[in-house]
Amino acid sequence: MDWPALALSLKLAVATTLLLLPLAVLLARPLAWSSFIGKGLVEALVTLPLVLPPTVLGFYLLLAMGGNSALGHAWHALTGRALVFSFDGLLLASLIFNLPFAVQPIQRAFDAIPRKAREAAWCCGLSSWRTLWQVELPLAWPGLLSAIVLTFAHTLGEFGVVLMVGGNIEGETRTVAISIYDRVQSFDESGAATMSALLVAISFAAITALNLLTRRIGSTDRAAGHER
Amino acid sequence: MSAKGLFVTLRQAAPIPLDCSLQCAPGELTALVGPSGSGKSTVLRCIAGLHRPQQGHVACAGAAWLDTEKDLVLPPQQRRVGMMFQNYSLLPHLTAAGNVALGLEHLPAQKRSEKAREWLARVHLHGLEQRRPEQLSGGQQQRVALARALAREPQVLLLDEPFSAVDQVTRRKLQQELARLRRELEIPIVLVTHDLDEARILADRMVLLHRGTSLQSGRPEEVMTRPANAAIAHLVGLNNLFAGRIVAHNAEGMTILESLGLRLEVARDHGFTPGDKVSWVIPPEGILLHRRDHPSRGETENPVTGRVVDCIALGPYTQIVLRPDGGELPLTFSVPTHAAQRNQIAAGATARVTLLAQAIHLMPQGEPQ
Repeated sequence: MDWPALALSLKLAVATTLLLLPLAVLLARPLAWSSFIGKGLVEALVTLPLVLPPTVLGFYLLLAMGGNSALGHAWHALTGRALVFSFDGLLLASLIFNLPFAVQPIQRAFDAIPRKAREAAWCCGLSSWRTLWQVELPLAWPGLLSAIVLTFAHTLGEFGVVLMVGGNIEGETRTVAISIYDRVQSFDESGAATMSALLVAISFAAITALNLLTRRIGSTDRAAGHER
Repeated sequence: MSAKGLFVTLRQAAPIPLDCSLQCAPGELTALVGPSGSGKSTVLRCIAGLHRPQQGHVACAGAAWLDTEKDLVLPPQQRRVGMMFQNYSLLPHLTAAGNVALGLEHLPAQKRSEKAREWLARVHLHGLEQRRPEQLSGGQQQRVALARALAREPQVLLLDEPFSAVDQVTRRKLQQELARLRRELEIPIVLVTHDLDEARILADRMVLLHRGTSLQSGRPEEVMTRPANAAIAHLVGLNNLFAGRIVAHNAEGMTILESLGLRLEVARDHGFTPGDKVSWVIPPEGILLHRRDHPSRGETENPVTGRVVDCIALGPYTQIVLRPDGGELPLTFSVPTHAAQRNQIAAGATARVTLLAQAIHLMPQGEPQ
């Protein structure tokens, strides 16, 4: 059992979820409520990681973050570290390949909030910021929950992009998924089996918890006679 | 009108054409009345700051809220409006008290829940503070919405079709409560409704809106019996609309109107002179049925004989359509159903009515229907 790999995977998943959630809210709100030039383009870009092969996405991320790229340079100047084959780069890649998993459920949830609910808050004197906290986020809660669980579980299991961008450096970029691949390559089938089972268990638990929670929100709403 | 009231002028070409002005003094209730799609709600949204018109000016309590010429547009948060939305827009995740507390952001947090209880008690919802909107009846939801609107201590109260989502019994009750409540409120109240009767019951002043244009404003009684032109007569449901010609002014201070093959006397409070072509209306309550058995006084006032072409009992009142002898266009009026029965009014029967000279209203000539 490769505990450091599991710890790294969990660290990556938690960091991705925490960083991506506010970003996704920021992105999903205008996508749900405003119409602007290029909205279709933004939506397509957000969805792209869902359909691209991880190797293709990883390849472009590698190009974009490499030592010769502007981003790679800037990051090095700022932090003294490289982006590729480092945890930083892995996290950045993770934020990008998880975009659709976080943005889409939140966008759908914001979409379902009636415009008049927000207007009622404004007419009560609530600023946009307080309206976000007191009205929008509570009403969009099921969507946020979906985004959290999907991002978390998806990050745990991602393989292709991680391998392309992060490589296989113990304690830095070797996640559980990479470690499993390693074990299989070195004919350590029992090691691979243990870790695979653990990954299945964690993902299964996360999805089940999501379903239960969403159903509970749904049933309290129904008990109250409210249709979402 | 004092400068403390609400003053609104709005103009825009799209998305909904607007050309509207209204005023409302503190303590006064102005009803904004018009058919669906006439732009009533848009006017309300402009006052609240939820819609920005192309041109316009909104001032309330002596302060400008909107002045497109000076590029001044205050957001809703800075306007101190109490807005009651159609269907109330209560927030489903908050309790009744939580909804009201939203309007109490100006108070320190620890005072809000106590104040919210007070407001709920004031609209007779004591004990229901912890209910969610879905656990409340339509009438109770309406009260929560009213409490929330008033909790902000607004400078103007805006009510968007507040009684449209409740049954009729509840509606009457809530209307009475509003009539009572408004005596305690020293702010302008604007009520949007498509219901002319509601405007008549509740409003001090009525603004008639059609396709975004304010056509006439005044006391409801006045707008509904003395419309400024034939188009407005149609909008307020005056069906007895005819064309005629002024023949003379007589010595008794009456004007003689020739119409429907009749010569009618009209009270002389208009600016028309003999020879003018006019449109005229008479509200149903200006038409009196003569008793068959014992002709009463007043029967010399514009007597009209005709044949009943239709007679529909509508509960306590019966609507009668009478075609005057020699005339083409029918007169519509109502009498108590027992009076219709006593006078043997039925389709085909002959009947005599009086058209009250005071009730006949002359207007510039328009297209009669």
